[in-house]
Amino acid sequence: MRAPAPAFAADLNGDTIEAARTALGSALLDAVDRVGEVALYVDRGSVVTALRALRDTPGLEYQQLMEIAGVDYPDRPERFEVVYCLLSLTRNHRIHVHVSTDEEQPVESVTGLWPVAGWLEREIYDLFGVLFTGNRDLRRILTDYGSRGHPLRKDFPLSGYVEMRYSETEKRVVYEPVNLAQDFRNFDFQSPWEGAVYVLPGDEKGSLPEAKGAPTPLSADALQKADAAKTPSAPAAAPSEPYGKTTSGTGDTGAGKADPGNQPQDKPKDPAVIPTKGHGQQS
Amino acid sequence: MSVAPATETIDPYVDELLGQTSAAQPTTGDVTIENYTINFGPQHPAAHGVLRLVMELDGEIVERIDPHVGFLHRGTEKFIEHKTYIQSIPYFDRLDYCSPMCMEHTYVLAIEKLLDLEVPIRAQYLRVFFAELTRIMNHLLNLGSHVMDVGAMTPNLWLFELREDTFNFYERASGARMHANYFRPGGVHQDVPLKLLTDIADWLDTRLPRLFEDAIGLVADNRIFKQRNVDIATVSRDDAIAWGFSGPMIRGAGIPWDLRRSQPYDVYAKMNFDVPVGTRGDCYDRFMVRVEEVRQSARIMKQCLAEMPEGPVASLDRKVMPPKRGEMKQSMEALIHHFKLYTEGFHVPAGEVYVATESPKGEFGVFLVADGTNKPYRCKIRPTAFSHLQAMDFMSRGHMLADTTAILGALDIVFGECDR
Repeated sequence: MRAPAPAFAADLNGDTIEAARTALGSALLDAVDRVGEVALYVDRGSVVTALRALRDTPGLEYQQLMEIAGVDYPDRPERFEVVYCLLSLTRNHRIHVHVSTDEEQPVESVTGLWPVAGWLEREIYDLFGVLFTGNRDLRRILTDYGSRGHPLRKDFPLSGYVEMRYSETEKRVVYEPVNLAQDFRNFDFQSPWEGAVYVLPGDEKGSLPEAKGAPTPLSADALQKADAAKTPSAPAAAPSEPYGKTTSGTGDTGAGKADPGNQPQDKPKDPAVIPTKGHGQQS
Repeated sequence: MSVAPATETIDPYVDELLGQTSAAQPTTGDVTIENYTINFGPQHPAAHGVLRLVMELDGEIVERIDPHVGFLHRGTEKFIEHKTYIQSIPYFDRLDYCSPMCMEHTYVLAIEKLLDLEVPIRAQYLRVFFAELTRIMNHLLNLGSHVMDVGAMTPNLWLFELREDTFNFYERASGARMHANYFRPGGVHQDVPLKLLTDIADWLDTRLPRLFEDAIGLVADNRIFKQRNVDIATVSRDDAIAWGFSGPMIRGAGIPWDLRRSQPYDVYAKMNFDVPVGTRGDCYDRFMVRVEEVRQSARIMKQCLAEMPEGPVASLDRKVMPPKRGEMKQSMEALIHHFKLYTEGFHVPAGEVYVATESPKGEFGVFLVADGTNKPYRCKIRPTAFSHLQAMDFMSRGHMLADTTAILGALDIVFGECDR
């Protein structure tokens, strides 16, 4: 990997997947190593047993639950993904465990394994509306008291539905429907000008983007593997030669010769006299 | 806490003689005192922002604490989904506004990991250098306010003097005193002037040690300060792990775990520094861990100054890093790149990463889901405060009401980050 991202023991990724397969058995739906990170896809029903196995099995030892993230994919049959980010202090390794669910199917709470999960699950419940069974304190946490809806769902508008202000007439805070003076300007850069893509044999070699950051249909993982297979990385401190033109002479820019201006012969002989173009001034 | 009447007396005068009633307010003895609940915040000077603690007290003893957070929730994660990758960097400054550049650091590292983007070595040094300056900046505020929460005024004022210096350095590097927006995917926004580096070097050699040690010398061995902090809210190693502690909190509990050491990013692998750990896991240990981290950060900064090479300060990949103004005046291609990068932005290939760095407050993580477009599909921010503040309940249990401010000060919570 070329990026200077945190270097945990990524060489353990392969062993980890093998160990997870034996430890989790049929609960493990899929295990992949992408962009240098191990992602385990686990059956929703057995999330607690799977995470307990990941925590307690020697050779896995993920002692810490650092984060639970929710992701909303409205196109999928089970639209929500709950991602548990685990950290092993002893093996210096990270994985994330993915569980999918929808608005109604609850996920079993892991507060019994890690008490820290209490608030993390509350947050996902608050922002996505994912339900957790066994979390005894599943209140909203980040949004306002008495707010409705789950703001991080993709179908929740950016502006929300209500806005709040202090009403001088009523002497209290009032909630009103959102009224924007100007629409939110959201530009679509998925350019329609690029037109149809005709793939000819051999084109797959050229499917790597021109440079990092250019649009590409490839995944980050595929790019990274292609990149690693290519030449060893160029020295990073190479001097910059970014664009074609390197000098700033007038010959290169086509700007012509600058007027030197304000030469001695242009100045009036008598400094008190302002010269004009006509003959308005007496010499 | 109830005093049952010893005997059933008939004569009210006898009651009064026994002290069970008074003539002015005749009642039948003491009633049982229930636990009572008080609100701490959301507007409270020791709450370090907008924290509301619903505390259940038995007399002056804390029985239970229910922290209510979210008063500063601005929907940052939702915003980020609607902005291009570069446009969302300023949101990160506003998360933990006491250590802005460290917040940016995690985010740009996550983007770089997805892009598989190389970063020039000078840029890595500059980022480490400013991340450590930010750590000092953050700890100066936290140590000062912790000291003030338990009753001492002077060190806070002295430390603010130093913090002002760090703001000035921020301004000279980035143009902004707090919300720097200095780190970029691929490097930093612009190079720093040499005079700034020499001035910071002078500051590290003279002003920082003198003022900082003066201020800490007032409290570190102070009897009152120790009475307020030693053995307050001790956290065992197992608890620290189970509650997802990180940063000075887990080191205070005695676990030598520092992401800069164990999972080095940028040029931290080349840096020599010590990782301080606590022995008892109380508030005093957390305080002293932070004190030592300031000294170690100064050490890292000096190494950066000594080793930092010349060279570009940002990636030369023109699809990610916009060209400089001078180039745009001469090259049409540069102008096009500039326009495209500041309207459309660059595209990040599809993938998911969880990148965590050692922010001054602990592990600050970003779970970034990219879908190949110019905007993040999902950016989950892992605040340090969530796990630490959640542990407030069990840490405060059985302590006095006045200790909660010491505990809160040692947690080092900032609500911009906690509530997002």
